[in-house]
Amino acid sequence: MTSELDIFVGNTTLIDEEVYRLWLDGYSVSDAVALRVRAGILEQTGATAAVLQSDTMDHYRTFHMLERLLHAPPKLLHQLVFQIPPSRQALLIERYYAFDEAFVREVLGKKLSKGTKKDLDDISAKTGITLKSCRRQFDNFKRVFKVVEEMRGSLADNIQQHFLFSDRLARDYAAIVFFANNRFETAKKKLQYLSFGDFAFCAELMIQNWTLGAVGEAPSKPDSQVDDMDMDLDKEFLQDLKELKVLVADKDLLDLHKSLVCTALRGKLGVFSEMEANFKNLSRGLVNVAAKLTHNKDVRDLFVDLVEKVHLGPQFVEPCRSDHWPLGDVRLFLNQYSVTVHSLDGFRHQALWDRYMDTLRGCLLRLYHD
Amino acid sequence: MPGKLKVKIVAGRHLPVMDRASDLTDAFVEVKFGNTTFKTDVYLKSLNPQWNSEWFKFEVDDEDLQDEPLQITVLDHDTYSANDAIGKVYIDIDPLLYSEAATVISGWFPIYDTIHGIRGEINVVVKVDLFNDLNRFRQSSCGVKFFCTTSIPKCYRAVIIHGFVEELVVNEDPEYQWIDRIRTPRASNEARQRLISLMSGELQRKIGLKVLEMRGNAVVGYLQCFDLEGESGLVVRAIGTACTLDKLSSPAAFLPACNSPSKEMKELPFNEDPNPNTHSSGPSTPLKNQTYSFSPSKSYSRQSSSSDTDLSLTPKTGMGSGSAGKEGGPFKALLRQQTQSALEQREFPFFTLTAFPPGFLVHVGGVVSARSVKLLDRIHNPDEPETRDAWWAEIRQEIKSHAKALGCHAVVGYSESTSICEEVCILSASGTAAVLNPRFLQDGTVEGCLEQRIEENLPAGCGFCHIPYDELNMPFPAHLTYCYNCRKQKVPDVLFTTIDLPTDATVVGKGCLIQARLCRLKKKAQAEANATAISNLLPFMEYEVHTQLMNKLKLKGMNALFGLRIQITVGENMLMGLASATAVYLAALPMPGGIQIAGKTPSDGSYEQHISHMQKKISDTIAKNKELYEINPPEISEEIIGSPIPEPKQRSRLLRSQSESSDEVTELDLSHGKKDAFVLEIDDTDAMEDVHSLLTDVPPPSGFYSCNTEIMPGINNWTSEIQMFTSVRVIRLSSLNLTNQALNKNFNDLCENLLKSLYFKLRSMIPCCLCHVNFTVSLPEDELIQVTVTAVAITFDKNQALQTTKTHIEKSLQRASTDNEELLQFPLELCSDSLPSHPFPPAKEHLESARSNSGIPAAQRAVTVEKASPMGEGNFRNRSAPPCANSTVGVVKMTPLSFIPGAKITKYLGIINMFFIRETTSLREEGGVSGFLHAFIAEVFAMVRAHVAALGGNAVVSYIMKQCVFMENPNKNQAQCLINVSGDAVIFVRESELEVISTQQPTANCQQSCAGGEVTT
Repeated sequence: MTSELDIFVGNTTLIDEEVYRLWLDGYSVSDAVALRVRAGILEQTGATAAVLQSDTMDHYRTFHMLERLLHAPPKLLHQLVFQIPPSRQALLIERYYAFDEAFVREVLGKKLSKGTKKDLDDISAKTGITLKSCRRQFDNFKRVFKVVEEMRGSLADNIQQHFLFSDRLARDYAAIVFFANNRFETAKKKLQYLSFGDFAFCAELMIQNWTLGAVGEAPSKPDSQVDDMDMDLDKEFLQDLKELKVLVADKDLLDLHKSLVCTALRGKLGVFSEMEANFKNLSRGLVNVAAKLTHNKDVRDLFVDLVEKVHLGPQFVEPCRSDHWPLGDVRLFLNQYSVTVHSLDGFRHQALWDRYMDTLRGCLLRLYHD
Repeated sequence: MPGKLKVKIVAGRHLPVMDRASDLTDAFVEVKFGNTTFKTDVYLKSLNPQWNSEWFKFEVDDEDLQDEPLQITVLDHDTYSANDAIGKVYIDIDPLLYSEAATVISGWFPIYDTIHGIRGEINVVVKVDLFNDLNRFRQSSCGVKFFCTTSIPKCYRAVIIHGFVEELVVNEDPEYQWIDRIRTPRASNEARQRLISLMSGELQRKIGLKVLEMRGNAVVGYLQCFDLEGESGLVVRAIGTACTLDKLSSPAAFLPACNSPSKEMKELPFNEDPNPNTHSSGPSTPLKNQTYSFSPSKSYSRQSSSSDTDLSLTPKTGMGSGSAGKEGGPFKALLRQQTQSALEQREFPFFTLTAFPPGFLVHVGGVVSARSVKLLDRIHNPDEPETRDAWWAEIRQEIKSHAKALGCHAVVGYSESTSICEEVCILSASGTAAVLNPRFLQDGTVEGCLEQRIEENLPAGCGFCHIPYDELNMPFPAHLTYCYNCRKQKVPDVLFTTIDLPTDATVVGKGCLIQARLCRLKKKAQAEANATAISNLLPFMEYEVHTQLMNKLKLKGMNALFGLRIQITVGENMLMGLASATAVYLAALPMPGGIQIAGKTPSDGSYEQHISHMQKKISDTIAKNKELYEINPPEISEEIIGSPIPEPKQRSRLLRSQSESSDEVTELDLSHGKKDAFVLEIDDTDAMEDVHSLLTDVPPPSGFYSCNTEIMPGINNWTSEIQMFTSVRVIRLSSLNLTNQALNKNFNDLCENLLKSLYFKLRSMIPCCLCHVNFTVSLPEDELIQVTVTAVAITFDKNQALQTTKTHIEKSLQRASTDNEELLQFPLELCSDSLPSHPFPPAKEHLESARSNSGIPAAQRAVTVEKASPMGEGNFRNRSAPPCANSTVGVVKMTPLSFIPGAKITKYLGIINMFFIRETTSLREEGGVSGFLHAFIAEVFAMVRAHVAALGGNAVVSYIMKQCVFMENPNKNQAQCLINVSGDAVIFVRESELEVISTQQPTANCQQSCAGGEVTT
């Protein structure tokens, strides 16, 4: 006796969250059954393995049918075939587009192209995430990217509107899209200690301050290239950043800056002497990062530069960490360092400095951890 | 020219991409009714076209309005080649044709294609302007209401229950026409869908005419079925119960009226007419002393295996045989009407109802059934309905005579079915013989009814159990005792019925679903040899099914079956029998004896030991079941009751027969022993198997109950969460060494596993009850068994569920959640200011906390919000506003029950009766047979919901999937499935909202509802 056909269709579509998770994780039906057995479901419910098998198959089939709709979540809301309560619809969407930390760290900042897709089996092997799940996550990134790529307006809002994500998930996807678009390097060994959350935090700050959309002015030529305002960094702004070089190039300015910061922080900073000794290096590092952003290639290396040493001398994050500055001290120093520039009479790029430094300070503080 | 149909095509959405180059579609719509077609403009390059068409107007006869469906075809315009069809929508406009139902159909309909399934949606608005038709000889029956519900619909009151109506139409099946060889599968499927739609329209109209003849205004318990006879044709037949219904004043009715005056006028004559003609002449009230001119069934019985002689032998009964396809001109129809009115009155005192107004059912005799085997290729004139009419007439006569033998003048809970395999067809009919209160059948005013009721003092809760037949002249030997409730009348020891448990019945403990399952191998044979073989097997099957039911009933420690449905299915090489029923312990009936096992060779020691071991197991099971179902009837000492009436010979009350063998009827002894306790003799391995199989049925896991009736006896605090579902399983038998035993085991496992799967799937709803569990078995191929189950899971509140022996007062309360009695309760409650006694909030909270992230409560809230506003504004139909771009789709509940727990049905919008075909030539790509059927059933649900929503409803009650014919050919990568569903579209309002409304009208409400209450209590 073999079951040729075995289906269950409810007027309200039954969604088993546990099975949904297993399906999203890319397990085959038999693996999912085995995992459910291991979770002790048979003992809890008194069901037989055959019942479990049939139930799992059924849910998988349902999910498979829903997947097409999940690719365009508004369709899920308006379709008539599956009657699903709104809260369950939201859950289906949210879980489908959720991603694994380990996975996103592997592809963050990479071009969402066929080439990357080919590497997915390596990622799968490395992270222990099933290839199926990797593919789903990759395709999700790419799908969202494609949809919002050409859109005007806030990146996160566009994503939320077209994919009905929660606020949190929309912001995460905005970061992923932003990183993919600007191809920030995140895979270097030195950057391994950083989490997706760290990058997403930085992405948000950068979208807020460094993109075209951040300027808040309507593009002068409506149909020109400036459509994706939230996705591309403001080129003009990056060009202008070169002007900041004067802060380290002009020796007087540098000395004045140093003395003002030191005066303000004396007695307040636990690592005052180290700061005083290193001030010029630190300042040079911070300003040079800005000056390098003119070239696309250097933009990509922004995070590497922030963390790693480059030829100009010890960069910021790393040296502080090796000296074990407490986070409070770093914050005090950066605030003071950035504010004091306003007192430098010879420096004319105050607005530019703020636009650069406010974001960078936020990023640095976030990146400054073990 | 009595009607103008107006159609507007608003928009489409989610259309499929028809032009690969642009990834877009140039869609336009054809609107067709009868022979008239309109077209919209082509909306270029869009998957979400906005046609916003003008009103397309069709001026049509109301006859056509009833028969024809509105056909909407969405196409992709192609400049160079033929336009490609995207899909179709068929809209049955019948609900627009009678007052009190819908006045407009408006909403998003799935665009359906028989090959591709649903492909986007289309927004359509349909209206009908009806002109008053004064023509007495009209062919249409607009205005007659149809209900699938097998009880008096909740917001109506039965003035008169006229009785049985039936009709049958035949046509050639397009699938078997010569043209089918050259046309595409799509064209063939669409021809079939359209034909069946036409035929059911015609059928409904004809039944409506009969109802008008009888001076009724409604058909309740309308059951329409298709017989796919293959070469010999396609039969659509329907049965129902004609009634005169009066709308109960509900809160809604106080608000601005919605019926156009002209429509109301149509209703009036029937309600006012005090003395319709026909009833005085015909045997309108089937009383006990009435003589029927029925011939002994024997005279019919011989013919059936050689059915070519049928026509000559069958007396021309003149019942509804004139359904001669479409050519029936006015003259012919007039003739027919005249003969009908003369001959047909109460020819068959049958009622398709399963639940009745209080006082209607006086006594219940027992189940009566009849079966007959026919050969379809022997029909002389297959395109004409006469032969089939005669077949059914013969079966109905048999049923009638069985009922009479039980001392009953009527049959209730009546249903008919067929099973077809190649050219062999088994016709079956069954019902419950009963004695009815004649008052409901007469044309009397309501006042008269009320007065008479007062004189009557039937003992509450047991009257229907009392035997209707003469004790000294019993139709079969039975074991009678004095009623355990009133001690005045005699009752049988076991009662089998096909109806729902009467609301006033006194029940001990809870009920449970029991099933008897049986397979019998049969040799493959042709024609008459085959028919004979089947006929010979039938009595044995019936006997065994009956034995199994009896054994299982005893094992549960119960003494009555309700909702009994025995299905016999014929296949190429086997017969299957599946009986489902809800077992209960009726307080009026004696406590069932245990089961005793007797071995054949008492000398053998180890054998003895084995027997005693089995005996112990059985006794344990009975004890366990009694505990499980809380069966602890009050002990009554023997002296009070008196000793059983002598002649404790037979317990069976199931009178059955086949046409083939009706001479055996009286000889077939369904008794199971002559001792006081129930004795099973184990005399061979088969019997041993039987005992084993008795014990293999596992009870549902704790927190679950199941029944196949409307409501579960013993549970009366339903919460509002419901989940209707359909589950289908097909197993392939290994063709090697098939024995009856192996077959039985396979079938048994199939059903048991299916139930287990259901319990597992629905475990999040615990505590809950599976109600109206409806199993259907079919044998699509040699080695395939298909079982289809439709049921509804309803949650209940465990904390209150424990009351057991409280009697009918609670019972009626439980019904009150849906009945008009509730009208009585709410206003009273409000008047006395006992406001905080909401029945629901605690339950809801419980629910919410139990399923915190399930979101179901949220869905309910959504309904609440959606429905609250229209009710507040006025009774204007609260069509759930066509979901616009940003809103989600409105929730439509579906249930096979006639009510919705925790809610009140405020309006019936019309009958839903839909037939779909789906076919695929890429079975593997669609996920195999399971993927294919899963998607199809989901689509069928979606289309039902869309139609209900477009009518302005938010639920389908009395939903039933009448047919699910699945055929596959995996080698060709093909499959085809036909599904037929029906139900009643309704608007319901949550009770909590109802309170809000009724506060606005407290006094008026009180009066109205009191009146209503009196009538029905």
